[in-house]
Amino acid sequence: MSKTIYEKPHSLTETNFHYCPGCSHGIVHKLVCEVIDELEIEGKTIAVEPVGCAVTAHNYFNFDVVQAAHGRAPAVATGLKRALPDRVVFTYQGDGDLASIGTAETVHSATRGENITVIFINNTIYGMTGGQMAPTSLPGQVTQTSPYGRDTHTQGYPVRICEMLATLDGPSYIARVSTDSVPHIKEAKKAIKKAFENQVNGKGFSIVEILSTCPTNWGMSPVEAMERLRKEMIPYYPLGVFKDVEEVNE
Amino acid sequence: MKNGEVILAGFGGQGILFMGKILAFAAMIEGKKLSWLPSYGPEMRGGTANCHVIIDDNEIGSPIVTRPNILVAMNKPSLDKFEDTVLEGGYIFVDKSLIDRNVKRDDVKTIYIDATKIADDLGNKGLANMVMLGSLLKATDIFTIDEIEDTMKKSLPKSKQALVESNMKAVKEGYSLV
Amino acid sequence: MSEKVLMKGNEAIGEAAIRSGCRHFFGYPITPQTELSAYMAKKMPKIGGVFLQAESEVAAINMVYGAASAGVRAMTSSSSPGISLKSEGLSYIAAADLPCVVVNMVRGGPGLGGIQPAQSDYFQATRGGGHGDYHLIVLAPNSVQELAYLTAEAFNLSEEYRIPAMILGDGTIGQMMEPVDFDLIPEPVYAQKPWATNGTEGKREKNVTETLFLEPSELEERVFEREKKYDVVRENLQRYKSHDTDDADIIIVSYGLTSRVVETAVKILRSEGIKAGAIRPITLWPFPEKVFKEVHPKAFLSVEMSMGQMVEDVKLACDCSVPVHFFGRTGGVIPTPDEVVNKVKEILKEVE
Repeated sequence: MSKTIYEKPHSLTETNFHYCPGCSHGIVHKLVCEVIDELEIEGKTIAVEPVGCAVTAHNYFNFDVVQAAHGRAPAVATGLKRALPDRVVFTYQGDGDLASIGTAETVHSATRGENITVIFINNTIYGMTGGQMAPTSLPGQVTQTSPYGRDTHTQGYPVRICEMLATLDGPSYIARVSTDSVPHIKEAKKAIKKAFENQVNGKGFSIVEILSTCPTNWGMSPVEAMERLRKEMIPYYPLGVFKDVEEVNE
Repeated sequence: MKNGEVILAGFGGQGILFMGKILAFAAMIEGKKLSWLPSYGPEMRGGTANCHVIIDDNEIGSPIVTRPNILVAMNKPSLDKFEDTVLEGGYIFVDKSLIDRNVKRDDVKTIYIDATKIADDLGNKGLANMVMLGSLLKATDIFTIDEIEDTMKKSLPKSKQALVESNMKAVKEGYSLV
Repeated sequence: MSEKVLMKGNEAIGEAAIRSGCRHFFGYPITPQTELSAYMAKKMPKIGGVFLQAESEVAAINMVYGAASAGVRAMTSSSSPGISLKSEGLSYIAAADLPCVVVNMVRGGPGLGGIQPAQSDYFQATRGGGHGDYHLIVLAPNSVQELAYLTAEAFNLSEEYRIPAMILGDGTIGQMMEPVDFDLIPEPVYAQKPWATNGTEGKREKNVTETLFLEPSELEERVFEREKKYDVVRENLQRYKSHDTDDADIIIVSYGLTSRVVETAVKILRSEGIKAGAIRPITLWPFPEKVFKEVHPKAFLSVEMSMGQMVEDVKLACDCSVPVHFFGRTGGVIPTPDEVVNKVKEILKEVE
């Protein structure tokens, strides 16, 4: 007799991912959908997808999806959530979307304590447009628009979103996690689950920053990319919980 | 006279817009056509404020008054600005407490009222607009005192009903001076 | 008997919107339309509605996009520079076929311009404003009563056709007070919204609100479909008012506040025996072309608070069959009836 030990989450469609081999989007999509299944909220969830590689995430989600303009996902999510307070609304955004063109929307939905969940993919590069410098690109990182390496004198420093948002009173939960190893992926799922539970429980703005890979635009193999994430990104973007209103209260 | 194209003008804070609202509201109660148009923007803060009120039996075209038949000037810049625009035979009301010159034209009816001083004597300088309104009613006959009192009662919110009495006292004072 | 209230134009829009079932307003302060936001801020919390002051015009229109995609009646308002910022969002809303109402109380431009009334956003409103093949339904009221009426209409029309609707007013219309009777505005007519992204409840297939179609033939097909809808609107929705056109030697075309200046000018002209008439487009998009085929003046005169942005629509509407003249003031200056009268006399002298 066979026994099922793993099933694809129901809220994830059968469609094959278009993401490159070794890209973290697939992992994060699966984690998000597992959480949605476990919380039994598929029928009341609405995703807001970004402009970036995840612009067609609706092909993979078995629930309603709204495609936002570049960077505007938190504003769109705000409109949705204010119209439908009993629904679960989350944005899924990359670093260019969330930390560059949409910085204002990010900061203000956070400071309003908007009761939404934000899933933030930080892979230090613009993926969809073919590998340009992102607001989160590391100092010295070579990209199409920083061909000599990100020069902090002329191109500034990376933005640490979690640390920045943690200065605000509005957010209820801020965490940074990683997809570089099984234990880290388990941690990531825990954080994502908490960020959704918070919304269900009306606790307000929750964001999970997920350090991710982009082997194609980094010019690396998937294994090398995981190595880079571990050795270069985590030291610059420390993992952990930056704000948890619940913990503070306890 | 029951119709009019009115310009009310003075400093921000003199209750220019309120004076206009009372005329507009009275016109509405009488079933007249009307428009009330304030100046807006930074000039409201400390600068000049003016308001255009048109009262007519027919639909009102442009709500902008370019040739008023009634001008109420409550400071000198207002008189300087609008004196020449008043129609021949029209009325110019001047708050002479604040304006130290006479109207230059002799083809209009001019009414000088020591409005701010009178209002001060009544205990509230802020009622100068109501004193001016009273004199306007008497000279032009555009509305009766009773109609204006009725308007105040109907247009002021409950929290401000107590002001009807003091406002009307000032209106009557202005009325008696023409 | 219904009762008239004395109200500012901007406030009348707010009241009409609320009576039309709008419970979601997202705004950002800008002169000269702020009274509308203030009105909504006061009223919405008392009726279980949402008033939210957004961090930017850009965010406000995207909140409208989100709320509209959820299927509720949503609205934002601004004035010229703010509408430029909202243009991105308007393009997306149009592309997603979402209904909503956007108010533009136009002020002088370009740039920061001024804060006094203008009509210099005609092109922006009627030609789209943002990128791509799309239109807004553009309504141009000329009184406080009509502001209220057309606000209610805008919600209904926008839902009926799934096209965003714009109220194109100006600083004066927004600031002035006139009596308004809300019993005279249309009742809300709610459309079914099976497309709304409001959660599947496990009872239907998922809905997706999207505007990206990487396959050119698919995108083209969608644009074609939308254009068919626009054709229906062009056919059914042309609205205007006209007077004194039957025997007119010259017909003055104007909209919004300017049409009232023109009304006064026509009265003066007629009293002097000059055969002047007027057409006032109420829908600026679709432009009321049909009426131009029914009149036979020797010339048209477009009077605007801009540098002649409506002239080409008038030329197109009359097939350039007679000369189309222009008179306008701009930057916040309002034309006077006397100026219009003089211009008409000048034109008629040339014609004769």
